Amino acid sequence: MEHFALTNTWLIPLLPAIAFVLIGLFFKRWAAISAFIAVLASAVSFILSTFAAFAVLNSGISVDAPFIQRVTWAEIAGLHFEMGALIDPLSVMMLFVVSLVSLLVQIYSIGYMQGNKSFGRFFAYLSLFSASMLGLNIAINFVQMYIFWELVGLCSYLLIGFYYQRIAAREAAKKAFITTRIGDFGLLIGILLLQTVFGTVDFLELKQILPLYIASYGTSTLTVIGILLFIGPIGKSGQFPLHVWLPDAMEGPAPVSALIHAATMVVAGVYLVARAYFLFASVPALLELIAWVGAFTAFFGASIALSQREIKRILAYSTISQLGYMMLALGVGSLTASLFHLFTHAFFKSLLFLCAGAVMHAMSEEADIFKMGGLRKKIPLVFAAMTVGVLAISGIPPFAGFFSKDEILSAALSVSTPMYLLATLTAFMTAFYMSRLLFVVFFGEETKAKLHNISYFMQVPLVILAILSFGSGLWGYICDFGYWIRFGAPLEEHMNLSIAILSTLLPLLAFALTWNIYVRKRWSADYIANKLGILYTVSFHKYYIDEFYALLCRIFIDGIGKIMYFIDIYIIDGIVNAVSGLVLFLSILLGKLQTGQTQRYAAAFFCGVVILLLCGILYFNTISGIVAGGGAL
Amino acid sequence: MNLYVIYPEITVLVLALALIIIDLLLPSEETRRPLGYITILVLSILAISLFWQYHLTISAYFYQGLFYYDNYAIFFKQLFLLAVILTVLFSLQYIDTMKYSSEFYSMILFALTGMMILASANDFLTFFIGLELMTISFYALSGFGLTNKKSSEAAIKYLIIGSLSTAVTLYGISLIYGTAHSFDFAVVCKNPEFFSALGIAGMMMITAGIFFKMSIIPFHMWAPDTYEGAPVPVTGLLAMGSKAAAIAVFMRILFEAFFPAADYFMPVLAVFSAICMIGGNIAAMKQKNIKRMLAYSSIAQAGYMMVGICAASPQGLKGVLFYAFLYVLANTGAFAVVTVVALEKKGTDYEQFTALSQSAPVLAMVMSVSLLSMAGIPPTAGFAGKLYLFMAVVEHGYLWLAFVGFIMSMLSVYYYLKVVRVMYTGKSDGSTITISGAVRAAVLISMTATVVFGVWPQYLSMLTDFAAITFLR
Repeated sequence: MEHFALTNTWLIPLLPAIAFVLIGLFFKRWAAISAFIAVLASAVSFILSTFAAFAVLNSGISVDAPFIQRVTWAEIAGLHFEMGALIDPLSVMMLFVVSLVSLLVQIYSIGYMQGNKSFGRFFAYLSLFSASMLGLNIAINFVQMYIFWELVGLCSYLLIGFYYQRIAAREAAKKAFITTRIGDFGLLIGILLLQTVFGTVDFLELKQILPLYIASYGTSTLTVIGILLFIGPIGKSGQFPLHVWLPDAMEGPAPVSALIHAATMVVAGVYLVARAYFLFASVPALLELIAWVGAFTAFFGASIALSQREIKRILAYSTISQLGYMMLALGVGSLTASLFHLFTHAFFKSLLFLCAGAVMHAMSEEADIFKMGGLRKKIPLVFAAMTVGVLAISGIPPFAGFFSKDEILSAALSVSTPMYLLATLTAFMTAFYMSRLLFVVFFGEETKAKLHNISYFMQVPLVILAILSFGSGLWGYICDFGYWIRFGAPLEEHMNLSIAILSTLLPLLAFALTWNIYVRKRWSADYIANKLGILYTVSFHKYYIDEFYALLCRIFIDGIGKIMYFIDIYIIDGIVNAVSGLVLFLSILLGKLQTGQTQRYAAAFFCGVVILLLCGILYFNTISGIVAGGGAL
Repeated sequence: MNLYVIYPEITVLVLALALIIIDLLLPSEETRRPLGYITILVLSILAISLFWQYHLTISAYFYQGLFYYDNYAIFFKQLFLLAVILTVLFSLQYIDTMKYSSEFYSMILFALTGMMILASANDFLTFFIGLELMTISFYALSGFGLTNKKSSEAAIKYLIIGSLSTAVTLYGISLIYGTAHSFDFAVVCKNPEFFSALGIAGMMMITAGIFFKMSIIPFHMWAPDTYEGAPVPVTGLLAMGSKAAAIAVFMRILFEAFFPAADYFMPVLAVFSAICMIGGNIAAMKQKNIKRMLAYSSIAQAGYMMVGICAASPQGLKGVLFYAFLYVLANTGAFAVVTVVALEKKGTDYEQFTALSQSAPVLAMVMSVSLLSMAGIPPTAGFAGKLYLFMAVVEHGYLWLAFVGFIMSMLSVYYYLKVVRVMYTGKSDGSTITISGAVRAAVLISMTATVVFGVWPQYLSMLTDFAAITFLR
């Protein structure tokens, strides 16, 4: 079975793809069948991924010696493209996480989407997403990765705009698509440059060529390529300054936010950097750029989350911040820490989103946390799960986030103190906004609203994810995640006691603060906000980045648009209309030639014969010259 | 005599004659539908059995080189078989409505034999026999709508112009025999006397005859009228089989018999190809009848395939083979839909296609995919085919020709999408079209293949490589 799973990893993305086709073409109208097909495909994918993971562990496959299968996809004069499956610890870890979370989210969705008119469509999209994301994970070259990269982008667009009747959802979907397109464009140019400079886009071939190339040509071209490639992850993983789409993406249903905008698609950027790490690592300046983008994004996202009021928006900014952590870890050279955090984050962040979804579901889609309150007693299971999630993300031992965040912090400290300080400050803020969310929603005055039932379909995934959020970090620490998963050289840092204690105390302090502010009401939140003045306003308005972009759009895009409109209407259209008029006129003229009279046809035929004969005689001289000279014969 | 070399032709001929005999034995009121099933079954087995012939590294001859049996010939034979199988499959119902349906099957099989002989012709005599067998069967087939005046008109027009073309071709062959003292392709090119004014004139006349079959402008005038008037399955076969057979033999003659004169002839071909692409696409725009539109579009498609011939390289050849294959697939899709609509709505104008997406969603989808493939839009196979053709010709230095091709492909989207628009908009009259299982199978096969070869061209591309390997040595 392990052998089968290892040699047939292409099945893992294929099964959800088949589910998508089946549901989309035939079973869209039958809710139960659609859900069954989707969950079944995901479950088999998950089982196969698990076995593939075991196979990788048992057969000594490592990042340096991966297991690769490839088939030629297309061969066009000089270009040779392949598709295939690259299996190493990195990709099986991603396969495991993605297939597990998507399975759980699909089960949750059965409960969450119950009674929705477009139930089948939802599951079709979810299956397509799983297929694309799993396909991205096993990509063997940049082209394959780019294809699936765009596909997950498409799914994200479709799912954000799932409630397309709502204007906000449509706008958010467009915003997400266009913003990530900017990043994808950079990525595309980077890939094209790779092809022209190196003649290949295959990960392994590039890895072999690269040292020689650097030795003879230096790193200047490589730096440009690296920056271009990194623009893709900036867009996809919501890094500053292309993060603006992620909070708006929360217009999609909660399971979508949990799956796509927390656990899987947004980490595709992290995965790409990790996959092409040999490239980024060969230029130190690139790593520094990645580290600073990550560190700043982590701080920036957390500082906005402090003042937001909508439950899913808080979580969205938190995701941005955590993704920043992962980028930071990559930048400071600790692949292991970054992927460890990716691993744990996938569980606790999807747990948090699913809990948020459950809360909103119970509260009839109410999103403002200050309109909730005292839900602790009414939905105790969600409360417990949420608490586990909050403890995990805040980094309280022995919950998952503690171990992975700790590794990032110690990796950062070993490279640069400012980055470490920024990251630690972020950890404090994370604990603050997460506990604020928890306390406001579940403690305090009880809401009068009548709560909806939360079905078992929704409860089971919460429990499983809560267990994983509790245990995955400890398990990774005890089993030595870095060694176990063998990400090449052991880049991880060992636990540093002072860092561990500090990063436990700070969150506890934050808990104490929020407890006093929001539960005990010893200090008024409004008073503090007033005192902080401009800081609070800036945070609440998300640093006015959206407004700034809107202004930029108004000035540049609209301005250029006006000029282009003029050119379009008066110049381009003029030309186009003239050309199309001419073409249609010619078309009618040619039609007129077709009189239906056979004599005419015969005449045309003989004209053709005469033309051919004339051509022949014209070329006769050349040909006879060759023959006389004895040339080609 | 190694008879196994001509076993495909023998099988088809025997089948054709057997159908006539069975028809005589059957009571006259009995349905002739089983004859169609037999045809499909036998031809399918034959087509599949041909896969085992590919490994022949040494090409086989029959009767002193009259008949040549290489991978190239096998590829085209399979192509024709596929075209006929799919055509019969989607037109079973249509043929039932005809008066002499069993003769119709036999006629198709005779035409098929002609095409298969053409693919193997290695001698001007074999070439002529194949050409005439195919053409004369098509004269009869075009006029098969006995009660339809337009069908008779189509047949007569085709017959008159076709006879002209035959006369010119024969004249060309006799000129070549006069100069080169042989009919054999391999001998003609080795005789220096062939490279005289008379020999070249002969070469041009034969080219004219083949251009007539390929419906290259200005030899195309018969095509729109015949396409419109002939029964729909016949139109489909004319567009796919007849044209592909002409291309198969044209490449053989060009690169075997007329080599090396052919190299100097390429600029002329390039001009004809450009005229075809421009004329066919522009004339197709203002058509009101879908069959007529498809006729002009097939003229343009012939132009695209000529682009690959102009490249005169293995890549170009491969491009032509690839394109010919997917062209058959796209055309079966389109003509199957036209056949069903012609049966149900008694017409093939744009109006009859209004809101087809509501009365028969499968047909509308297949039609859209087929037309997009003809226009060369990814991810359909048409995109990959055009890519191969244009890449090959650009490498050969005809950038301008590829450019004309690009522009014309863009223009062609206009009239292809016009059909799609008609199908997906407009008010439905509420009727639904029931599709028989056979038609459903034919259209699904052609659509699936079109999409699969578009997304994953490698397998078909391997097959075309194989076919091209014995050619252009």
